Amino acid sequence: MTTFVTDNCKACRFTDCVAVCPVECFHYDDDMLYIDPEVCIDCSACLPECPVQAIYEGDDYPEDKEEWIAINAQRAPELPVITEPMEPLPGAEERKTELGF
Amino acid sequence: MSSKDPLGSDNNPLCVAVVGSGPSGFYTTEALSRSEHVVRIDMYERLPAPYGLVRYGVAPDHPKLKQSIQVYEKIAQSPEFRFFGNVNIGRDIAVADLRRAYHAVVFACGAETDRRLGVDGEDLPGSHTATEFVAWYNGHPDYRDRVFDLSHETAVIIGQGNVAADVARVLAKTVDELRHTDIARHALDVLAESRVRDIHVIGRRGPVQAKFTPKELREFGDLEDCTPFVNPEELLLNASSEQELEDKKNVNARKNLELFRGFSQMAADKSRRCRFSFLKSPVRLEGDGRLQQLVLESNRLEGEAFRQSARGTGQMEALECGILFRSIGYFGIAIDGVPFDPRRGVFPNRAGRIMEADTAVAGLYTAGWIKRGPSGIIGTNRADSVATVASLLADLPALDNPDSKAGAEAIMPLLERKGVRVISYRDWQRIDAEEVARGATQDKPREKITSVEEMLAVL
Ligand SMILES: Cc1cc2nc3c(=O)[nH]c(=O)nc-3n(C[C@H](O)[C@H](O)[C@H](O)COP(=O)(O)OP(=O)(O)OC[C@H]3O[C@@H](n4cnc5c(N)ncnc54)[C@H](O)[C@@H]3O)c2cc1C
Ligand SMILES: NC(=O)c1ccc[n+]([C@@H]2O[C@H](COP(=O)([O-])OP(=O)(O)OC[C@H]3O[C@@H](n4cnc5c(N)ncnc54)[C@H](OP(=O)(O)O)[C@@H]3O)[C@@H](O)[C@H]2O)c1
Ligand code: SF4
Ligand code: SF4
Repeated sequence: MTTFVTDNCKACRFTDCVAVCPVECFHYDDDMLYIDPEVCIDCSACLPECPVQAIYEGDDYPEDKEEWIAINAQRAPELPVITEPMEPLPGAEERKTELGF
Repeated sequence: MSSKDPLGSDNNPLCVAVVGSGPSGFYTTEALSRSEHVVRIDMYERLPAPYGLVRYGVAPDHPKLKQSIQVYEKIAQSPEFRFFGNVNIGRDIAVADLRRAYHAVVFACGAETDRRLGVDGEDLPGSHTATEFVAWYNGHPDYRDRVFDLSHETAVIIGQGNVAADVARVLAKTVDELRHTDIARHALDVLAESRVRDIHVIGRRGPVQAKFTPKELREFGDLEDCTPFVNPEELLLNASSEQELEDKKNVNARKNLELFRGFSQMAADKSRRCRFSFLKSPVRLEGDGRLQQLVLESNRLEGEAFRQSARGTGQMEALECGILFRSIGYFGIAIDGVPFDPRRGVFPNRAGRIMEADTAVAGLYTAGWIKRGPSGIIGTNRADSVATVASLLADLPALDNPDSKAGAEAIMPLLERKGVRVISYRDWQRIDAEEVARGATQDKPREKITSVEEMLAVL
């Protein structure tokens, strides 16, 4: 059981997810966010917040997103924690439209 | 007093009382601690044990969700924070006394009672609320002596939210599936004798409107001795429900429907069955001295997509049952001295500022379930508490007071006079350690101490 962020988050980063995370397990780099699976309690709070459905949980993900489980586990612990929402990256709204949301 | 430093500085710290130690109380504390201001936070909790519904609501077989407690333990270590357990605000301490002692009071006291169905027979023995059952199996001191008669084969749950799912799952699981959780021992003993074989989880609207989250619903497919069941005919949808399903945001409904379809095909090869049924409302509960049957009316959905409501068709059916749980939502309790909305069961507020008619009551704020109503999961309360604290901090100039505020120092003598044994955070840590030790001998994460007296006796 893992909850993880995928590439839909890239260049978007609305960070609405961060505000509802009860345990502060989101980390960030210049492109996107990652969830630390060691800290995440799989509570699903962040899923409905993400405007581009970048987050998946459990066994419930498209096959081509599977690699992101490992990427989250590896990247998150080496990056700073994000605890409060940031300004969306420039162009985030356009990207949201582009992704069809 | 003109030389006084601004409120929230070293010589004039902001003193805040937080009422309630659930998620919203702790996230309020966290947001205050993180602000640039100098603050003192005193948390009052009516029970000796903190953490609200994380301890007394979240199901025992969902231990991972309780790990949010580790975050609260960390928050509790901040030097500006103090915990005063076993203090009931409104009973032991009047709200007026708190207001005198603090610049601001944040009510984060949750929704501790339940919404009523409003049908005949609702109070027959054998008819219970999910609220009581959940608090009982989780060892809440107020509910430890409740009696649940599980000697009849059929149990009914009204409502299709995640609380209903919790109740159904606890009834559906074997004792072996629960034995190594932190479920209260008295509950495990009663569940071990349960004869319940047929569990009905009944919704007034359709499968697309069920409020379960897919992760919770999926668990019914993986139970050791219980098969989920849905009548495939009940999965036929009207046009508005089809439209709801197509909405890209409605991921949960699509996944739920897929799960219900799976359930409708499952072989009933286990000894218990959990049936989800839709479009039925209870009209009355009947029985001679205790619940024997439930009368249901079939519904049809009316209205446009996402606003469909259930309308009775006049078609009735009776369902024999021995126990029934209403799981149709929690409801807040009024506290003397705080405005209350009796219709919604919340403290009326704007962005967390408690309102009397159209005016904000100076210094009174609210967060969590008693602010928003009884919905949202643990994390929802974090964003919600941050918003309340933002309102509070924006009001700082108005909250300043020529008299400095004494905080708990003004409250303790009142409690002493009343003979209230106040529980500090350190006291709680000793109770906590004792529970964990008692659990270890039974291979449980903890054995909760279920009476206040016994908790105090540990100290
Ligand atoms: C059965 C159930 C299961 C749940 N399971 C999950 C889950 O698995 N995952 C999830 O994310 N969310 C779950 N939730 C939702 C989650 O528990 C709530 O969102 C959250 O607890 C609400 O927080 P709160 O602080 O507003 O209220 P509460 O958690 O209810 O805390 C309120 C606190 O205030 C105290 N209090 C009340 N009155 C007074 C008074 N007069 N004086 C002093 N103290 C007082 C109470 O004792 C309590 O400790 C569940 C809810 C329920 C009901
Ligand atoms: N594992 C978890 O994550 C978890 C576990 C437990 C609770 N929680 C959260 O805690 C919150 C509260 O949960 P909840 O289950 O109490 O509330 P809920 O999700 O609001 O569900 C209430 C249910 O009761 C029904 N209902 C309301 N009034 C009714 C009436 N008069 N007659 C018949 N049915 C009626 C509702 O149907 P309508 O839709 O028709 O109104 C709905 O199905 C939710 O946000 C929930 O997600 C989460
Ligand atoms: S809400 Fe979604 S897109 Fe935005 S930061 Fe979180 S995961 Fe990324
Ligand atoms: S599932 Fe819950 S704990 Fe995990 S990242 Fe999302 S909000 Fe945080």
